[in-house]
Amino acid sequence: MQLDLLVDQFKKKDPSAFEKLYGMYADNICGVINTIVKNDALSQEICQDVFIKIWNNCESYNSSKGRFFTWILNIARNAAIDEIRSRSYKNDKKNLSADYFVGILQNKEDEQASTVDTQGLRKLIDNLKEKCVQIIELLYFRGYTQKDAAEELDIPIGTVKTRNRSCISQLRENMEGK
Amino acid sequence: MDVEKYIASGILELYIAGILSDKENLEIANYAKEYPEIQKEIVAIEASILALSKKASPGYNYSFKSLMNKINGEVKVVSINEKRSTPLLSYVGWAASLLLAVGLFWMYQQNEDLKSNIQVVEKQNVDLEQQIADTDSSLEQTQDLLNTLRDKNISVTSLGGQTVSPTSYAKAYWNKENQKVFIDAKGLPEPPDGFVYQVWSLKLSPLTPTSMGLLEDFATDENKVFALNNPNESEAFGITLEPAGGSESPNLEQLYTLGVVAAS
Repeated sequence: MQLDLLVDQFKKKDPSAFEKLYGMYADNICGVINTIVKNDALSQEICQDVFIKIWNNCESYNSSKGRFFTWILNIARNAAIDEIRSRSYKNDKKNLSADYFVGILQNKEDEQASTVDTQGLRKLIDNLKEKCVQIIELLYFRGYTQKDAAEELDIPIGTVKTRNRSCISQLRENMEGK
Repeated sequence: MDVEKYIASGILELYIAGILSDKENLEIANYAKEYPEIQKEIVAIEASILALSKKASPGYNYSFKSLMNKINGEVKVVSINEKRSTPLLSYVGWAASLLLAVGLFWMYQQNEDLKSNIQVVEKQNVDLEQQIADTDSSLEQTQDLLNTLRDKNISVTSLGGQTVSPTSYAKAYWNKENQKVFIDAKGLPEPPDGFVYQVWSLKLSPLTPTSMGLLEDFATDENKVFALNNPNESEAFGITLEPAGGSESPNLEQLYTLGVVAAS
C-alpha cells in the first residue's frame, strides 16, 4: 500500500517520490534493457532516458491498467527495442529473436569488466529449462503477445499461459531457495 | 469466485508482463482489491521478475541527482535540439504535404474537367438525337402529305391570281370522301402584319361564300400546306386577305386567288 501512495505522489510530480521509485526500480529497468541490448554502457544510457520519459509522462500512468512496474517495464523494453532497431542491428533481426538473455552470461564471462552479477543470475535460472528461459524472455522482456509468443516458440496458444505460470513458479522457488 | 483456480490459470503472470487487454487489466485490478490472495500472488510474481531483471542489470552508475540534472537540462537541450533538427525534417514534411495537397487539388480539377467534358458530349448527343427524331418526324409528315395528295379520291383545283395580286397562285386538293381540303399556298406572298389569309368555299349561283378557315402561322409554316375541313358542296375556292382573326364574309377587293372546281 505504501507503493500506491508513492505512485500517487509521483503522479503529482513529487521529486522525492520519484527518487524513491527510482531507487526501487532503476536496477531492474537497467536489467530489462540489458537483456535486450546486451551492452552495459548502452543499457545504462537507455535506462536514464527511460526514467526521463517516465518522469515526463507520469500523468499517463493509470493503476487500473496495471502495476506501476509493469508500466515502466513496458516503457523500458520499447525504448531498448527501438534502440537496437535504429542501430546496425537493423539487418540482423535474428539478434532480437534468437539470442536469449542467457546470452548475457556467456558474454559476461568473457568480459572481466562487466558488473553484471553473473553468479546470482546463474543461480536464479540454473535449473530453468530452456523453454522457460525463452518464454519468460519473450513475455516479460520483449513484450510479445500470447499469440506472437506461441508462434515464435511453435506451441499452441493455449499452452503459453500455463507454461509461463509453471516457469515463473520455478523461478520463485529458486528465489526462496537462495 | 474460485480464487485458487483463477490464480492457477496463469493470468496474473501475464498481468505482470503487461500483455493483457485493458478490460482484463481492470478486472484483475478490481479482484486484487477484493481478494488479498490475488494481491499477494501478484506481488510475488512481480518480485520474481524484479529479482530476475535485477540480476541481469549491469548496475547503475548514475545518481538520482544526475538524472534530475539531466531532466532539468533536457528541457533546454530538447528545445535547442528542436530548433536545430526540426527545420529540415519539418520543411520536408510540410513540403510533402503541400505537394500532396496541390496534387490532390490538381487531380480534383482534372476530374471536374473530365466530368464537364462528359456532360457537354452528353448534351451534344441528346441534341443530335433530337435532330434525328425531328428529321424523322418531318420526313414522316412529308410522306403522309405526299400519300394524301396522291390519294385517288383527291380532286385538284388550281386557284389563279386575281387583280390584287396577279402573280399569286394556289392549289386546293379536295378529298370529298373525308371532307378535307389541303391548300398549297406556296404561291401566295407573306401576309402583312395584322392580316391573315382566309379560305372560302363558294357556290356560284347565287354567289354564296362559306368560310373554311384561316391559313394561320403562314410565315412560319415550312411547306405552306394547310389542312382544312370542308363539308360543303363547293363549286369554287377563293382566298382573301382579311384582318387577323378572319371575317364573317369575304372582302372581295382583297381576293388573291380564285379557282373553279372541275365538274366531276
